[in-house]
Amino acid sequence: MKYLFMESKRPKVAVFDFTDCEGCELQFANKEETLVDFLKAIDIVNFREVMSEKSDEYDIAFIEGSISRADEIERLLTIRQKAKFLIALGSCACFGGVNRMKNKFPMSDVNKEVYGETPKETLPVRSIKELVHVDFEIPGCPVSKAEVERIVQHIIWEVPYQFPVYPVCFECKQRFTICRFELGELCLGPVSAGGCDAPCPAGGTPCWGCRGICAAPNFQEFFNLAKERGFSKEEVIERMDFFGGFRSVTGSK
Amino acid sequence: MKINLNVDVHHLTRVEGHGNIIVKVEKGEIKQASWEVVETPRYFEAILRGQRYDAAGILTARICGICSIGHCLASIRATEHAFGIEIPEIAKKLRMLAKHGETLQSHFLHLFFLAAPDFINLKSVIPLLEKNPQVVAIAARLKGLANNLCDLVAGRTTHPVSLHVGGVSNFPDKRKLSLFKEQLKQSIPDLHATVDLFRTFEIPDFVRETEFVSLKGVDEYPFIGGNLISSDGIEMKEHEYRKMTNEFVVEHSTSKWCRLSRESFAVGALARLNNNYTLLHPEAKKVAETFGLKPVHHNPFMNNVAQLVEVVHCTYDSIRLINEILEYPENTPTMVKFEPKEGVGVGAVEVPRGILYHEYEYNQKGRIVKANCIIPTTQNNANIHYDIYDLVRKNVQKGMTDEKLELLCSMLVRAYDPCISCSVH
Repeated sequence: MKYLFMESKRPKVAVFDFTDCEGCELQFANKEETLVDFLKAIDIVNFREVMSEKSDEYDIAFIEGSISRADEIERLLTIRQKAKFLIALGSCACFGGVNRMKNKFPMSDVNKEVYGETPKETLPVRSIKELVHVDFEIPGCPVSKAEVERIVQHIIWEVPYQFPVYPVCFECKQRFTICRFELGELCLGPVSAGGCDAPCPAGGTPCWGCRGICAAPNFQEFFNLAKERGFSKEEVIERMDFFGGFRSVTGSK
Repeated sequence: MKINLNVDVHHLTRVEGHGNIIVKVEKGEIKQASWEVVETPRYFEAILRGQRYDAAGILTARICGICSIGHCLASIRATEHAFGIEIPEIAKKLRMLAKHGETLQSHFLHLFFLAAPDFINLKSVIPLLEKNPQVVAIAARLKGLANNLCDLVAGRTTHPVSLHVGGVSNFPDKRKLSLFKEQLKQSIPDLHATVDLFRTFEIPDFVRETEFVSLKGVDEYPFIGGNLISSDGIEMKEHEYRKMTNEFVVEHSTSKWCRLSRESFAVGALARLNNNYTLLHPEAKKVAETFGLKPVHHNPFMNNVAQLVEVVHCTYDSIRLINEILEYPENTPTMVKFEPKEGVGVGAVEVPRGILYHEYEYNQKGRIVKANCIIPTTQNNANIHYDIYDLVRKNVQKGMTDEKLELLCSMLVRAYDPCISCSVH
C-alpha cells in the first residue's frame, strides 16, 4: 500500500481468541467500506475464526479475551514468545471484561450452578497483562473498528498513538446527545475513557464504562453528582464492576 | 478391506469458537468419530444471579459477538414475560427489523467468509482479494448493508444499545429508513449474483434423517417468540422449552447436549425452513426451488442453502417492515412504562444458528435469582457428533484419504455454522 507516494510496511498479523464472545475480532471483518484496504495494509497470517491458513511467523499478535484455564495460559505464553508486539484487543483482554464478575463467587459455586455435579476446569478470570507483558491495549466492548484502523496505521508508520484524554461526555456533546443523567439514568460517561464516539448514550443506553477510566477522572465529584441524582455509592460501584475497568477504584477482584 | 484413516482437527478453523474433530478408522472399522467442544466456559448463568433487570440484556448480549442482537432480544423478552409487559406494535416491528439485520450480517459472514472457501479450494476468503475481487466486493457490500441496518435500528451491530425491556429506545430517523429501503432494493442484483455463485458449488450428497426443531410461524416466517415445533410432530408452548431441549452434561465436551424424540435433533436455518416453508417470501421460495430444497430436507450441508434462502426472505421482509414503520408518526411511543416484579419468564428467539432460549426468575426488587440460557449450537452438538459418525461410515469404503475426509468432516461442521463460544456460555 502506498501513502503519500511512500510504500508502507506490511506487518504480519495474527489474531488469537481466549475466554470471550469473539465480537472484537469480528470487527476486523466489519466496517466493510474500508475492509479491502484494511486487509491489504496488513498481512493476516493466522486468524482461526475466518481463515484456515496458519503461520507462527508474525510481528503483531492481537489477543482477544480473558484467561480462565491452564491451557490458555500455556497458549498465551507461547504467543508472547513468538510475537514482537502484543496487543490486548477489547475489554476482556484489557480488564477481564464481563467474565470477571465470575470472580465474585467461589469457582466451586459457579460450577455447581452451571454443570451441577460434573464440574469443568476453570480458574478465576484474569486479563492478559496479569500474565504476560502487553505492548498496547485497545479497550472497548466491542472495540471500535475505526479506532483499530487508526492504531494499525500508527503502527505501520511508526508514529506513537495517543488515546483521547477526554471522557465519554465530551463525545456526547459533540453528537448533541441528551445527557442520560438528565433522563434520570446513572451514566459512567463523566469518568469513562472516550474515543468510542459514544454510541451507547446516543442509542438509548447510558455509559457502562466498557473502556475503563478516562485520563483525569474526578471520582469524588462523580460520586457526589451520582448521589445528588439519587444513586447510591453501591449502585455506582456495581456499575463500575460490570466490565472490570474500574478495579483501581472499586477494589474488586 | 483394510482401510486406516486418521483425522485430528485441533481447534477447527472458520467457525466461531473452539472445537475438535477426531476420527480413527482401523482396518475399516470405526474406532472413533467424534465432535468435541473444548471452549472455555464463562458461567453466564452464575454471573446473572443478582443482576438487575436492566443489566440482563446488556450482559447476555456478550454471550455472542455475532448474534448479540438475538441474545439481547431473547433476554428482554424473558424479562417482559416475567414482569407481564406488553410492548407497543411499533417496537415489535423495529425489533424484527433489527433481527433481520442480524440474520443478514451473520448469514453473509458465514456464506462468504466461512463456508464458501471450501467449495472453491481455498483456505480463506483472503486469496480472493487478488483472484476474484468482484466476489469480495459483493460480499462486502451485502454484509456492510446488513451491518448498517443493525446500526440504524439497534444502535450498534455488535452488542446493541437500543433494545430494552419495555420496547425500543429510539424511533430511527425516517429519512435514513427511506434511504435504506432503496439501498435494500438495489442490493437484489447482488443477492442474485450470490445465488448464481452458490449454484456453481458442489454440495456433498449426504443424508442422515433427524428431527428439526424451531419456532412455529403462524402468519409470518418466525423469528421472535411463539410456539415450538419439531418435524417429528411435537408442539409445545414457549415456556415449555425445557421439555423441548432436555439438556444434559456430557463428559467429553464443555458444551451440554440436547435431545427430544431421537438421540439428537437439529436447529438452524434448515430447521426453520423445514418447519415453516410455506411462510417464506415467494422470491425466497424460488431460490429454494432452484436448489431442490423442499421440506423435510435431511442433508445437513444444505443448511448453507437454507441460509441463502433466508437472506432473500429477510431482504424482502425488511423492505415490507420499513414500509409499515414509515406509516407511523415519528413521535409514536416505542417504550412502555413498567414496574419490576417477582416472577419467571421465558424468551425464545430464532438467532441465525437456530432457536435460542433465555429464562429468568426475578425477586420483587427486579433482580435475577436464577437464570438459564439454552444456545442453538448446544442443541446441535449431539446432531453434529452423530452426523460425523455417519458421514465417516458412508465414506470409509470409497478410497478415502485422510485429507479428503478431514475436509468433508470440517465442511459438515461448518455447514451448521456453529457458535461454539456461545454454546459454552
